[in-house]
Amino acid sequence: MDPRFKIAHREAKIGVGIAIAHFLWWFGFAYGLGSRPVEQYRYIWGFPDWFFYSAIVGFILISITIVFVTKFVLKEVSFEEDGEADR
Amino acid sequence: MNWQVIAPLVFFLVAIFATGWIASRQRDKSSGFLNDYFLGGRELGGFVLAMTMVATYGSASSFLGGPGTAYTMGFGWVLLAMTQVVTGYFVLLILGKKFAILARRYQAVTLIDFLKARYNSPVVAILSAFAIVIFLFSAMTAQWVGGARLIETVTGLSYTSALFIFVISVLVYVTTGGFRAVALTDAVQGTIMVIGTTILLIAVIIAGGGVPNIMQDLLTENPNLVTPYGSDGNLSAAYVSSFWILVGVGVVGLPQIAVRAMSYKTSRGMHRALVIGTIVTGFIMLNMHLIGVFARAVKPGIEVADTVIPVIALDILPPWLAGIVLAAPLAAIMSTVDSLLLLVSSSVVKDVYLGYIQPNASMKTVKRMSFGVTAVLGTIVFLLAVNPPELLIFLNLFAFGGLEAAFIWPIVLGLYWKYGNKYGAIASMVTGIGTYIALHFYNTANGNLLDIHTVVIPVVLSLIAYIVFSLAIKREVYRY
Repeated sequence: MDPRFKIAHREAKIGVGIAIAHFLWWFGFAYGLGSRPVEQYRYIWGFPDWFFYSAIVGFILISITIVFVTKFVLKEVSFEEDGEADR
Repeated sequence: MNWQVIAPLVFFLVAIFATGWIASRQRDKSSGFLNDYFLGGRELGGFVLAMTMVATYGSASSFLGGPGTAYTMGFGWVLLAMTQVVTGYFVLLILGKKFAILARRYQAVTLIDFLKARYNSPVVAILSAFAIVIFLFSAMTAQWVGGARLIETVTGLSYTSALFIFVISVLVYVTTGGFRAVALTDAVQGTIMVIGTTILLIAVIIAGGGVPNIMQDLLTENPNLVTPYGSDGNLSAAYVSSFWILVGVGVVGLPQIAVRAMSYKTSRGMHRALVIGTIVTGFIMLNMHLIGVFARAVKPGIEVADTVIPVIALDILPPWLAGIVLAAPLAAIMSTVDSLLLLVSSSVVKDVYLGYIQPNASMKTVKRMSFGVTAVLGTIVFLLAVNPPELLIFLNLFAFGGLEAAFIWPIVLGLYWKYGNKYGAIASMVTGIGTYIALHFYNTANGNLLDIHTVVIPVVLSLIAYIVFSLAIKREVYRY
């Protein structure tokens, strides 16, 4: 198999992994904290805590993860067909 | 007419024209007309491609409909909108490198080229061309209507003249400039979307007296607005979570998004697009939907959800600034429409005309066909949008979820599963669209089955169809 495909397969798995972790974070905070009665909500920067952690912190964490992954984990490959010559 | 609002909008249109014109001058002779017109010669950089992905994806619904619903439903809808962040990285990590490499090996210019080569089947190609033309054509008309309505609201022009201005603007740069013009104008439009939402969010927070103050107003009006369950408590966790399929991971199945993953020159550009795409999508979605919720505290009682954004902008901003901010939804609509127009015309020219009608057409004919078909399609859409027929509105309902259910597995498993074959692909497409339409009727009549969005079950069924038919009929290993 084209060695570039090994890299592509690995990175697709990373994508699925990040999406699952993202979903768990998003769901956990939104419905874990959000299902309490409204009177028990705390407010961070004015936002209800469930929303602050799930949507705002979640978004920031995902952005950091993506920056980190693209910088240190993903590999450069050639898309051209001559990139195949070295297989 | 309010010229102070209109002036920035006119300036915006001029800037878009200029970008489109510059792009059309840059046409690259070396890589061949089709490759250049429909894919930008595969040489665009990471920033432009990230922005075109975000801008194509961000449409009338993210700038008008979505914030309008957030206005009615409260924070639950903002939570739902944030499921879209996943598209920013998921599409490129999944389709990513393998798609880019294979598309080049197959010399594919369109998504249909890719499917045709992977499955070696004209039936797959015709089915996909059919689905793309029908559904995206309707989707495009709906966006067109949204754009005209917005111009109508802001400028006070009649609907038809507003539509005319809108259509002419888009047609000129798409027809002359092709994909490169679409991508470059998308980058400008995406940038305007970021700036516009930022200004409006800050303005709404100031007008509401700060976030804690706004939250107090919302709690006083209806405490449900700050829960994840919607203003009437009907927004269930299962329903909101099913949007992870519809507007999150399922987006890999949308042809207008998938085709963008083919157009990268280098993996470096793709990596940059991953980062920019994720951050910009999340930023825009969070801002726009927060604006929707906050607007409720600032100006309660807006009746028509789609007008929340224009009304609040005109209400709290000085006119010239409102003009700049309202260029953002216009940009969002334009950047969606231009891509759809190009995609539909590429399906007609490349996949139908060159594929089946006249495979040996000369370069000159192809060129004339491409310009001609793009212009004719645009004109038909204009005529339809003047008075949208019922059928079109109906078809548009399936444009997003229906296309995902049809294409997600033929694309994804076509890339990664060696047993995938044309029988699986055909079965998967037919099952996806068929069950989507059937379930849509069921859900409209009886409420959502299992309390989840219509898209989920057809996506699961089309996966099963793909696997079963691939293994059952002429099972063999595909060599990538």
